Amino acid sequence: MHPFAYIAPKTVEEAVAVLNKHGDRARPIAGGTDLLVQARGGRFDLDAVVDIKKIPELESIKNGASGLEFGAAVPCYQLYENKKLAAEYPGIMDAASLIGGIQIQSRAGLGGNLCNATPSGDGIGPLIVHYGTAVIAGPGGRRELAVEKFCTGPGRNALKKGELLVSLKFPKPSATFGAAYERFIPRNEMDIAVAGVAVSVELSADKKTIKKARVALASVAPTPVLAEAAGAALIGKSADDEAAINAAGAAAAKAAKPITDMRGTIEQRKHLVEVLTKRMIRKAVERARS
Amino acid sequence: MELPQRVHVRTTINGQAQEFLVPPYMSLLDTIREIAGLTGTKEGCLDGNCGACTVSIDGRIVDSCLVLGAEVDGKSITTVEGLATAKGLHPLQQAFLEEAALQCGICTPGFLVAAKGLLDNEPDPSEERIRHWLAGNLCRCTGYDKIVRAVQKAATASH
Ligand SMILES: Cc1cc2nc3c(=O)[nH]c(=O)nc-3n(C[C@H](O)[C@H](O)[C@H](O)COP(=O)(O)OP(=O)(O)OC[C@H]3O[C@@H](n4cnc5c(N)ncnc54)[C@H](O)[C@@H]3O)c2cc1C
Ligand code: FES
Ligand code: FES
Repeated sequence: MHPFAYIAPKTVEEAVAVLNKHGDRARPIAGGTDLLVQARGGRFDLDAVVDIKKIPELESIKNGASGLEFGAAVPCYQLYENKKLAAEYPGIMDAASLIGGIQIQSRAGLGGNLCNATPSGDGIGPLIVHYGTAVIAGPGGRRELAVEKFCTGPGRNALKKGELLVSLKFPKPSATFGAAYERFIPRNEMDIAVAGVAVSVELSADKKTIKKARVALASVAPTPVLAEAAGAALIGKSADDEAAINAAGAAAAKAAKPITDMRGTIEQRKHLVEVLTKRMIRKAVERARS
Repeated sequence: MELPQRVHVRTTINGQAQEFLVPPYMSLLDTIREIAGLTGTKEGCLDGNCGACTVSIDGRIVDSCLVLGAEVDGKSITTVEGLATAKGLHPLQQAFLEEAALQCGICTPGFLVAAKGLLDNEPDPSEERIRHWLAGNLCRCTGYDKIVRAVQKAATASH
């Protein structure tokens, strides 16, 4: 790797000051599972790497009555090994337990996954269907942004000069909430999604009718996609209404704007989105009921 | 060009306190091999896919090619050299020999450290669990079955 300095600030303010000073020539390192691969591959020309893991706020998990907030540097294993969190936020658990293998999960986190902003990022759809909000700190103070607005293109995000993702926060799901994420890959583990779908539903108190729903897609557009029409097709419908589930699947396939590359064709990806959407709706409903 | 300042790192490797100055852009893998002089940890892919460079940091397995040496200040590291004791080989090493779970051996240190990470926390894992846990370690020679059998044998042996 080309020479860069290592800076490990202890506060968000210090980190923001360093990032602001260096601009494009400094990048945060959370788990480093994207950053170090990219730095070695010559994608950036860096003067400094800013280790954000010494900042307590970026390493903390707060799971309370009003919702969940976890720091941008929390690694995947801390999310899925937390039994309460995993049960209450099943889509987040799915994502955290499927990124990479065990070694990767010791380091990689969902904050890094989001900031890296690849269309195939497995963490992003689940954050979206859990109604996630990104908490951002910058030279001008803090701001919040809905996760679905965070990615702006392949590898590009909404952070401006000097800005840092501090945490991700989520409203507390109701007792009738369920969510699920799955991707299609040619292997069983350790591969990049050909297509992925996250779904969440909130059912009526008797668990028969869908009150709220979200569908988010991975690997089928330049950014993760919140397929609003697919979610809308489910609202007010019975959770067992096959016609509504089919309609949501078709709407998700329509929202997918994939390309043909070495991993899959446009036709295959649209088909996968349709199948996975229907499957994830049923799984989210099942989880909402259990 | 002026090189960035070296970073002062205090760490424990295989139970021994170590202190060194490391270039800030040096991987933990190179730090272990070139600065600490422990060459049991291997380099395979250098991008997190093969697991040959697996070490454990504070009890969690990681790919040391995707960690900076500068990041391990205050942490405790175990490499393959830390498995055997004065009394002899670790049960996993013994089982790998008995089951012929290695051919060229380049993947073996990574598999051993990764498998130890599993057995330390789950003394009796299922075959499926072992295969899932070791999915981040690649072997081009053995076809994996013998490795999985060796891990099962070591699990039984340590009961
Ligand atoms: C072998 C292997 C397998 C993988 N498998 C998967 C997989 O199955 N699914 C998947 O989606 N990904 C996978 N990845 C990619 C990667 O592991 C994930 O994207 C991971 O979630 C990144 O998290 P990280 O903490 O390591 O990020 P880092 O590498 O630390 O950071 C990623 C990027 O975001 C920036 N960044 C990090 N934190 C912040 C912050 N707080 N504020 C602003 N910018 C920030 C960094 O500068 C960098 O550009 C894999 C990678 C490897 C090497
Ligand atoms: S050399 Fe580190 S994972 Fe292959
Ligand atoms: S024994 Fe040769 S790669 Fe595993």
